[in-house]
Amino acid sequence: MESRRNPRAVVDPKVRQVGFFTSDSTHHPPDPIASDSHPVPTVSPSRNSLSPVMIPPPRHNSSDAFPLRAAAAASAVSPSSFSYSTRRDFPDGSTTAASPGRVSRGSFSRSSLASSSLPGVGMDSMAAAKSSSVPASGLTTVSVVNMPHGLSEKASGVSDQKKSSKPLKEKTTKAERRALQEAQRAAKAAAKAEGGGKAPAPLVSSGSVASTSVKAAKPAKPSSQKNDVAVAATAAAGPSEKKGGTSEKDRKKDAPHPRMQYDDESRVVKAKRRAVVKQTEAKNRVELFRHLPQYEHGTQLPDLETKFFQLDPMHPAVYKVGLQYLSGDISGGNARCIAMLQAFQEVVKDYSTPPEKTLNRDMTAKISSYVSFLIECRPLSVSMGNAIRFVKNRIAKLPITLSESEAKAALQSDIERFISEKIIAADKAIVKHAVSKIRDGDVLLTYGSPAAVEMVLLQAHELRKKFRVLVVDSRPKLEGQLLLRRLIKRGINCTYTHINAVSYIMHEVTKVFLGASSVLSNGTVYSRVGTACVAMVASAFRVPVLVCCEAYKFHERVQLDSICSNELGDPNAISKVNGRGDINYLDGLTNNANLQFLNLMYDATPSDYISMIITDYGMIPPTSVPVIVREYQKEHLLV
Amino acid sequence: MWRRSASFILDERRRTSNSPPMADNNTTRAPFQNPDAISAYYQTRAAHHGVITSDWLAQAQAAVGGVSGEEYPDSSVAETGKEKTFNVIEEFNGWRKQPDLAEAVAAIRALAAVIRASEASTMMELEIELKKASDTLKSWDKTSISLTAGCDLFIRYVTRTSALEYEDFNSAKSRLLERAEKFGEISCKARKIIAMLSQDFIFDGCTILVHGLSRVVLEILKTAAQNNKLFRVLCTEGRPDGTGVLLSNELSKLDIPVKLLLDSAVAYSMDEVDMVFVGADGVVESGGIINMMGTYQIALVAHSMNKPVYVAAESYKFARLYPLDQKDMAPALRPIEFGVKIPEKVEVERSARDYTPPRYLTLLFTDLGVLSPSVVSDELIQLYL
Repeated sequence: MESRRNPRAVVDPKVRQVGFFTSDSTHHPPDPIASDSHPVPTVSPSRNSLSPVMIPPPRHNSSDAFPLRAAAAASAVSPSSFSYSTRRDFPDGSTTAASPGRVSRGSFSRSSLASSSLPGVGMDSMAAAKSSSVPASGLTTVSVVNMPHGLSEKASGVSDQKKSSKPLKEKTTKAERRALQEAQRAAKAAAKAEGGGKAPAPLVSSGSVASTSVKAAKPAKPSSQKNDVAVAATAAAGPSEKKGGTSEKDRKKDAPHPRMQYDDESRVVKAKRRAVVKQTEAKNRVELFRHLPQYEHGTQLPDLETKFFQLDPMHPAVYKVGLQYLSGDISGGNARCIAMLQAFQEVVKDYSTPPEKTLNRDMTAKISSYVSFLIECRPLSVSMGNAIRFVKNRIAKLPITLSESEAKAALQSDIERFISEKIIAADKAIVKHAVSKIRDGDVLLTYGSPAAVEMVLLQAHELRKKFRVLVVDSRPKLEGQLLLRRLIKRGINCTYTHINAVSYIMHEVTKVFLGASSVLSNGTVYSRVGTACVAMVASAFRVPVLVCCEAYKFHERVQLDSICSNELGDPNAISKVNGRGDINYLDGLTNNANLQFLNLMYDATPSDYISMIITDYGMIPPTSVPVIVREYQKEHLLV
Repeated sequence: MWRRSASFILDERRRTSNSPPMADNNTTRAPFQNPDAISAYYQTRAAHHGVITSDWLAQAQAAVGGVSGEEYPDSSVAETGKEKTFNVIEEFNGWRKQPDLAEAVAAIRALAAVIRASEASTMMELEIELKKASDTLKSWDKTSISLTAGCDLFIRYVTRTSALEYEDFNSAKSRLLERAEKFGEISCKARKIIAMLSQDFIFDGCTILVHGLSRVVLEILKTAAQNNKLFRVLCTEGRPDGTGVLLSNELSKLDIPVKLLLDSAVAYSMDEVDMVFVGADGVVESGGIINMMGTYQIALVAHSMNKPVYVAAESYKFARLYPLDQKDMAPALRPIEFGVKIPEKVEVERSARDYTPPRYLTLLFTDLGVLSPSVVSDELIQLYL
């Protein structure tokens, strides 16, 4: 894989490329149609158009709609990079669609395990694309089509952007080789595309663009995301296909992988070009975590708010959810997942198939584009990723024979069922199992504000069990205070402390209840930062640690440390204390080259410290997580 | 130094307070004795040996239902239990009379008979009947884990056939019956299978430590002796049930060299032991086992001395329990006789069993194969989900 990629350049943090960014007309305008979804080294690195991430202009006409660049170019670009990125991965790994992307890519943002699920779907199309890259250019084009659409929606593509990206491409020799490949493929694709009708054409171009923008989208996931975006974009851009062909192509090329490495400058640039949310990169970043995106907080929200009415391709419900994520109004795996699914239900309700498109593919593309937007707002959590995989799976499985309204109703009910079965009913089952472990006289410790644990404690209190609770909290989020309020209101006897005192109080604790963002296949619990610390101290004191986690949050990947996949929060949050203006020792040092702030959001707790995991399937030892994942998949093909 | 220890003070108090009959008790109870009282202490212990051996029979009879159906051959008796208003209990008892049959297997056979004798006309009815019979059997002895687990597993296994609701009732019923009989047979043969599987682990010249009287372990040792392997067995005394004596009787009949140990001599003898074999009352979801009191101790000692601990358990003993610590299980108390009178205010730890966490166990020999402890949950999930 390495050989096929451009050597990764270190990303200059000041050039922040996150999310999607439109690539301007790159060197691909010559073969708009023929562009294949081949990874294109040429496009990637050079495409450093520093246009800020822009809201994708309306498909049909670019320039005037937004202050940002026109979409057309962007749309063309995004799909291509999209397809390209996925394409890249496939040849490298001879693995199935799902795995290579995940493994080969950098961590997009670890919390966005969802991205893994996304690429899963996208990858499937990609895989199809890849495997039949030459022969089935029709196929590729199809998949590629999806990408461009999404991308065009998202990326603010403008032709000028694309153009500027072109020079970037030419810098690499590999790119040149790729361009050559692409031209060849494009020729083939063009031949097929002609036969395929207008839909394939933009796809092809986007495909080629995508392939050219090889560099950017290494991780399969991001690419699949982009693909989806691209797809949605292309799907939407009916009339302007031709015109947006080039731009779509370019955009595709630029679309970064959902799990892309953010320390790769070229990719980040590309991603940025497509992004809807304007994110400015943080200045000082810790070297070890440069593969994770780090934004300057506080800049995006007002920006997005103003653009609310200009976001044509974005559904208002999804936009709203994205804003809520950005501002931190909704946090916690379950809440975010439910909000997103409800937004998707709205999307489905308001959806109408554009002419000449199939519902399956178009809807998938749309969903992918929305997901890309959400990722830009805040990296996906595992729960969201699994839910997205489920939704895409259901869409793909819709029988062709259904009418549109029936299909929409089926989808809506599927989503409703997912929420009620996998989240709400699962929580009830967890509570039932967990309260059986609480005895009179227990001292229960909990960390942060896990939703499942809160329900358990409240239910145990209803059952008149005599216990008291120790809430451990930590800065900067201080989520434990929320939990504390809710428990006190119900009359539960609570104690509150911060995490630095956890070894001091652990001797009087009888059980520890923790929540999880996800549980991985090797039994590692991926949860709010600080959880590992609490679990380790509890294990040293031989206090049993019980993790409450719904089964839909399980994931089949394996993580050995907290570094390769994580989410970086706002660094300013740790340099300042809310409400304490006198703690200003670090004022003015935020931009010091010798000082880097690291605000991690998640950490990984090894399975040795966990006594039991309580899921809706019952109480299982941490070693049995892969069994559940396996059984689950047999059942639904997804979580 | 002894003068200042708390236990010494307690002894002092007890001695000054009274009772010669207490003196014996004190010696057995007090963790520490004055140097001059040591010999008296040991002397009393010696006396107790005699008491125990003569008492065990009565106690065993009384406690048989509560502790572990497996451990007493011929369990017979005693659970003053339920009046036999139901067919199933009679059937159950009929099966149980066979000396070699485990309690859970008897229950499984009884439940299979319920299906056979059932007069239900729909699948739903049959399942309800089955559930009722199973509940009755479980309530016959609430503390027996293998009984509960066996009944639950049976119901799950039998009703897990696909498309039950689509067939006509009779064929579905016969299918159920088939599976039930198969399950019963597997359970009956389980011991033989386990014995066969474990032969590879017993090598010539090895020393095996055995705790508790498990019929499965006995079967294993019998088979090994029949295969002309040369090994010797150290068995713990197994107070208060006296399982050690019983086991040594059986083993000496097979001409296997046996050595009896005090329960407390396990660490002392662990050096010369090559492996530890125990049975199980129940195997819990974490992969740990619930077995006769003392198993946890022995497993801890073996683990710290790097000796493997092998558990021989049939697969119907896999229970959906998950104890977090020793006290997290349903209590199973048994009367413990010390042979001398104990004052009322003295508490006695009467629990009959303890929980051994999976990290101290090396392998489980089951009729499903030789498994590692984490596979138990795997099997349970596959069956229950």
